[in-house]
Amino acid sequence: MEKLSGAEMVVRALQDEGVEFLFGYPGGAVLHIYDAIFQQDTVNHILVRHEQAATHAADGYARSTGKPGVVLVTSGPGATNAVTGIATAYMDSIPMVVLSGQVRSDWIGDDAFQETDMIGICRPIVKHSFSIRDTADIPEVMKKAFYIATTGRPGPVLIDIPKDLTSPMAKFPYEYPSKVKMRSYNPVVRGHSGQIRKAVEEMLKAKRPVIYAGGGVVQGDASEFLINLARELNYPVTNTLMGLGSYPATDRQHLGMLGMHGTYEANMAMHNADFILAAGARFDDRVTNDTKKFAPGATIVHIDVDPAAISKNVRADIPIVGPVEHVLEEMLSIVKEIATKPDAKSLARWWEEIDGWRDHHGLRYEKNDNGLLKPQQVVESLYRATNGNAYVTSDVGQHQMFAAQFYKFDKPRQWINSGGLGTMGFGLPSAMGVQFAFPDSMVACVTGEASIQMNIQELSTCLQYHLPIKIININNQSLGMVRQWQDMQYGGRHSQSYMESLPDFVKLAESYGHVGIKVEKADQLDEAMDRAFSLKDRLVFLDVYVDPTEHVYPMHIADSSMRDMWLSKTERT
Amino acid sequence: MRRIISILMENEPGALSRVVGLFAQRGYNIETLTVAPTEDKTLSRLTLTTYGDDKKIEQITKQLNKLIEVVKLVDLTEGPHVEREIMLIKIKATGAQRAEVKRTVDIFRGQIVDVTNSLYTVQLAGTTDKLDAFIGAVEAQVMEVVRSGVSGIARGEKVLSI
Ligand SMILES: Cc1ncc(C[n+]2csc(CCOP(=O)(O)OP(=O)(O)O)c2C)c(N)n1
Ligand SMILES: [Mg+2]
Repeated sequence: MEKLSGAEMVVRALQDEGVEFLFGYPGGAVLHIYDAIFQQDTVNHILVRHEQAATHAADGYARSTGKPGVVLVTSGPGATNAVTGIATAYMDSIPMVVLSGQVRSDWIGDDAFQETDMIGICRPIVKHSFSIRDTADIPEVMKKAFYIATTGRPGPVLIDIPKDLTSPMAKFPYEYPSKVKMRSYNPVVRGHSGQIRKAVEEMLKAKRPVIYAGGGVVQGDASEFLINLARELNYPVTNTLMGLGSYPATDRQHLGMLGMHGTYEANMAMHNADFILAAGARFDDRVTNDTKKFAPGATIVHIDVDPAAISKNVRADIPIVGPVEHVLEEMLSIVKEIATKPDAKSLARWWEEIDGWRDHHGLRYEKNDNGLLKPQQVVESLYRATNGNAYVTSDVGQHQMFAAQFYKFDKPRQWINSGGLGTMGFGLPSAMGVQFAFPDSMVACVTGEASIQMNIQELSTCLQYHLPIKIININNQSLGMVRQWQDMQYGGRHSQSYMESLPDFVKLAESYGHVGIKVEKADQLDEAMDRAFSLKDRLVFLDVYVDPTEHVYPMHIADSSMRDMWLSKTERT
Repeated sequence: MRRIISILMENEPGALSRVVGLFAQRGYNIETLTVAPTEDKTLSRLTLTTYGDDKKIEQITKQLNKLIEVVKLVDLTEGPHVEREIMLIKIKATGAQRAEVKRTVDIFRGQIVDVTNSLYTVQLAGTTDKLDAFIGAVEAQVMEVVRSGVSGIARGEKVLSI
């Protein structure tokens, strides 16, 4: 058998896993591994400018491709810098493998230089973690890490590797296991057939049904089954922030996003439903509002691959534990074969009601007549310029909600954002990961002047690797989302939500070797947007000044039911 | 309601900290905790007691089951079971009290495992209630108490194994 050093084993295992990109940043504890990386060219190492960006880039790669993102960081500060990105991936169940260097095994516990207990720090934010104790274990641990990260409910897995175990001086036999079996880890592969049939029977009895589809549908590649099932039944579909794209937004049966900033029609439909099929969604507090007042008349079927997600926040009447793609597929075939059909008359009445809500309030906003742009217009212009075909990543804030509301995502994996953790600084590095995966596709990062500054250094990485990302900076000169809450709940006292001393983003982009364009008036927008996308091989930073006073609506009224919303600054349900 | 959750898990470094960490992270309380390897050295048996309503216990067991190292678990309080705790207790015993303490120990079927001029060290096994009752019944001064935490096993044919 071939003999390899620990460092070579790590790199070889990545090759054996078919890893294309490794996002990382070197340092003392991982220098042996970096030396092994230098001596091969199958795994492309991407040098970021901050370890947080490495994790977000790997995350963007994972979200857009469905393949695990892989990260390599050094011990101590390198590892702690990666923590936010690991937590971000954990909250959204993104498959990721993070390799962190560690001090020599015999120094662990001595507060050695750049020692941190990464396993301890990450315990609550990883699906699992491994600490390498013996070089010979590396192949098996790597195999297990990828297996755990990508199966069941996916998530980040950490491998902590002490430096001495990667030494080039000691070589061990290497064989990459072809499979793993773990007696303590057996993710479900199918849903319970009896439950599925029962759920379908209940679903066909519904008079006011809604399908509520979340990120699990995107991640499980279950979109096709969702679409076919909804079309077969003519049932309305609403998506969570994470589920956008899993059902075409331009389709008549789509009600848009639901939840805190969901559409009026989606939230009204949920509240008034007599049946809810929750597919790969987790009844997050940003969706349900007060769970005690949630959908009072609905029978709830909940499909989730994670048993712990079921009946955690809202009790499911018919729980189905299983991969959403298999369960929806099975449901679809039962629906086709079964004699019962949905009651067409009630369904027609239901659609009439929904269409009434749609007319009452889709996503309306008032334009300014003095030429000052509204943020919504920027997203609409982006949608137009890209024909709805771009990958869109976002940061966190009002711009994120406007992107979710106004860019009509027709395809899964097209919309990439940090939903669970809400990490400012996610947008640009995740866009890098997407652009690496799809070098010929349009990738836009919708951001705010505050969020973008949390990982602005990555403009340098973008130059190094020629990533032609289009940064759409919706510049409202404030922490818009914070400011909105302060307007609504703190008597307009804008405590620290104002971004003073903004840089000249055009010059900043230029100094990093990119193109910067500033837009200050509504009539400049479309032209600037088109120009940005015509520069196919350049990163363009579009700095668009917008009305700082705009709010995101609809907005749930806290501690109420889903139908209780603010619809504008003055109008509420 | 008080529950006894018994967990079979991989006997690996870090596994225990994941179980304990989960309780802290999710805001659940641990009343007692005991852990030791089983006859199969690759497995540990961990028993803990906690309080919670059905919904909370359902979440706890589901979240525990998600931990990769947890092989199997059971809520012993769902069925008939035997539970035991061991206590070592040092009691001040001088003069007339010596006989008195000895009598109480006998009533509770404890054993005196160490003796000095002024102290008895008593070993007592039983349910948590019984140990509590003993402490309540001893009239002499209690100097030190060490309790093992609850261990438990299901009655009858039921076996927690892989
Ligand atoms: C790392 C981090 N810190 C703080 C927050 C809280 N937060 C949420 S939105 C927001 C303001 C974002 O401002 P900006 O990026 O300009 O977006 P806008 O809301 O103005 O569109 C803040 C501070 C967060 N989500 N993430
Ligand atoms: Mg802003």
